[in-house]
Amino acid sequence: MEIYLDNSATTRVLPEVAELMTKVMCEDYGNPSSMHHKGVEAEKYIKQAKEIFSKILKCEEKNIYFTSGGTECDNLAIIGAAQSMKRRGMHLVTTKIEHPAVLNTMKYLEGEGFEVTYLPVDEMGVVSLEDVKKAVRKDTILISVMHTNNEIGSVQPIAEIGKIVKEINPEIIFHVDAVQGFGKAVIQPKKMNIDLLSVSSHKIHGPKGMGMLYVSDKIRLKPITYGGGQQGGLRNGTENVPGITGMALAAKMIYENFDEDMERLYALKERLIKGALALGDVSVNGVKEDLSNIRETAPHIVSLSFAGTRAEVLLHSLEDKEIYVSAGSACSTHKPEPSATLKAIGLDKSLLDCTLRFSMSGHTTEEEIDLTIKALGEILPMLRRFVRK
Amino acid sequence: MKKELFTDFLIKYAEIGIKGRNRYMFEDALVARIKSALSHVDGEFRVYKTPGRIFVSADSEFDFDEVVDALGHVFGIVGICPIVRLKKETPEALFENVVSYMHDMYGTELVAEGETGAKSVAIMKEAGLNAEKPEDAMKDENFGKIKWQEVLPSIERSEKDCKRFKIFARRESKNFALDSMELNVEVGEAVLNNFTGLKVDVHHPEMIIYVEIRDYIYLYSEIIPGPGGMPVGTGGHAMLLLSGGIDSPVAGYMIAKRGVTIDAVYFHAPPYTSERALQKVVDLAKIISKYTGPINMHVINFTDIQLAIYEKCPHDELTIIMRRYMMRIAEHLCEQSGGSALITGESVGQVASQTLASLVCTNEVCNLPVLRPLIAFDKQDIVEISEKIGTYETSILPYEDCCTIFVAKHPVTKPLRHVIEKHEHNLDEVIDGLLEQAYATDRVIEIR
Repeated sequence: MEIYLDNSATTRVLPEVAELMTKVMCEDYGNPSSMHHKGVEAEKYIKQAKEIFSKILKCEEKNIYFTSGGTECDNLAIIGAAQSMKRRGMHLVTTKIEHPAVLNTMKYLEGEGFEVTYLPVDEMGVVSLEDVKKAVRKDTILISVMHTNNEIGSVQPIAEIGKIVKEINPEIIFHVDAVQGFGKAVIQPKKMNIDLLSVSSHKIHGPKGMGMLYVSDKIRLKPITYGGGQQGGLRNGTENVPGITGMALAAKMIYENFDEDMERLYALKERLIKGALALGDVSVNGVKEDLSNIRETAPHIVSLSFAGTRAEVLLHSLEDKEIYVSAGSACSTHKPEPSATLKAIGLDKSLLDCTLRFSMSGHTTEEEIDLTIKALGEILPMLRRFVRK
Repeated sequence: MKKELFTDFLIKYAEIGIKGRNRYMFEDALVARIKSALSHVDGEFRVYKTPGRIFVSADSEFDFDEVVDALGHVFGIVGICPIVRLKKETPEALFENVVSYMHDMYGTELVAEGETGAKSVAIMKEAGLNAEKPEDAMKDENFGKIKWQEVLPSIERSEKDCKRFKIFARRESKNFALDSMELNVEVGEAVLNNFTGLKVDVHHPEMIIYVEIRDYIYLYSEIIPGPGGMPVGTGGHAMLLLSGGIDSPVAGYMIAKRGVTIDAVYFHAPPYTSERALQKVVDLAKIISKYTGPINMHVINFTDIQLAIYEKCPHDELTIIMRRYMMRIAEHLCEQSGGSALITGESVGQVASQTLASLVCTNEVCNLPVLRPLIAFDKQDIVEISEKIGTYETSILPYEDCCTIFVAKHPVTKPLRHVIEKHEHNLDEVIDGLLEQAYATDRVIEIR
């Protein structure tokens, strides 16, 4: 039996989503910019998709823009805001544990003359509001904080940060990368003082290559690509109608049984952590050993360190049993550098290369968690016999 | 070079020309390899040999660069000469064709820059332009009025700037008015009359224009270097110990270049090495197979043997003992496939397991010769070849072939045979079973 516990890397597309997309691709394939019926029909799908997102985010349809994914959302939000605000100041604030889509965009802007402050996190992977306050300066124009960390599942106090920042200076733009948080938390930009919000489709059982960017009324972004003036000229290029449709349906479905799903996921998370810790020489990251803060973390991400093993070997051993997990963040395993997030939470050096991420979805079952723990119980003693001397 | 002129290619081969009575075998092998290389190229091609020559003729449209690239991967070819094929007509027509060929190929190169000569004045007048104003010739509205091919040769060039050339004519079929010697003289004259930047030098030419009279007339002057070596399939068969590193693909390439067909064996150690590491080796095999022809790549699961060595043998001898088993397995597979040698990418002293003392220990376990074409190469030289043959970029991808767990921090550099042998006996109870198991995992991937 295949046990897929790498849902933070990507998820399986829901059959309903795939089916609807096939229909849009094969039958309702018009270009929404076309003047004829085919175009009108295609435009309707986009309108429906915007409607769905505006309901979920409690915002208006005009705040919704579609992009090619989380990375483009982050780029457009940060570069677009920085470029349009740079007359007011050149200072940006973010955290040390952001996804590379944010961190490397910040690095790019540093090269363009901007100054960036990287906020530290505590050992649970959470920024302190005090640090946020201290970091904000007169010339700060944007602060970007991720909702849920992709490696350890820590969740930032987004609403509080939004409140503090706007109290200091309402003109500072607040960007939130919610690629891991969307679908696993209730996010309401207006209430939380969020100006820009990045969402990715393939983390919520939608198709790859799709993203949604919320842009509040108050701000103007400078586009980063130019073309035919689609989406108000902010995001040019013919809209990916099947992708937009599929993403919206996935978004709708992930919030359908939200409360129930969250309860189930937290129970599974607890089960996995407890089961793993009981194996001995295992530690959990981002959650206290007594699980007292589990409800403050993401329900679907579990980061575990297995002392005396190599993450990659453990990963392949689990793979051998058709259990798929991730070492660190899937996007960065090509570069054998230790994870920035794990370093930022002060994880012991010896554990950096021993850490696996298990990420669940609404489809994960108790049985799958139990089988995973059982597999770990079998594999760990084997692997620990062989260490580098 | 005007690539669209060419319809045929003359294939030059050096070494196989001297193979006495076996020569036809080498030539046939080369023809076969050329055919197979061209089978991946769009277009219809005929490959045939005439005494001492191999020709490729295109019977359809084709992409010049694609053909040259394909031929550039065929061992045995030292040169690829793009040919213009002409109908056999009068000698005068031939002269004209040679001159126009020279214009197309080297036009601006072979005519001196400088003042316009008397002839060009005449030509400008003929075109109805004021010869005192040569700049008029450059005006758009006058374009096409002037026959530049007649103007340009008249431009003077000093003797020392001239390029030395000769005509090398061969009249293979006798139904043409001029014989080889006459052709040399008369074609040469026609060329001289049209290009001021050339002078004849039959002893040390910088440029040779070949004119061959056969059923058609073949005209060529350029030689694109080929990879050299011997056609694959003429030198026996060997087994390459292939890893994802830089060296072993180069070693395989070098031995195949001597005409040897190769198979390969890769030692896979899941879960300690990943599927990506295996895919990387498959990709490397694919790259060298462009040169070597099809490769049967054996994938052997080596994990249990590795673990047994780890548990029962001294840690600092791990790599040596591991390599001894790899050699044994490779030799077994090689003999099974009728091969007669092993190939490794070893180079003296590159790592602990490649010191001479270590090579003594890994060499002694097999009877077949172990070919180590890189044995005296510096790393940089190996890197250069790998860049040339296109394996470098793949080789440096990060996926490990051997988990660091199995690499001692301080491996022996001067292992003693009897000590290694003694420690290897620690495996006596289990090793036969493990080898059998390993052979049972043998999975052959056909790379072509």
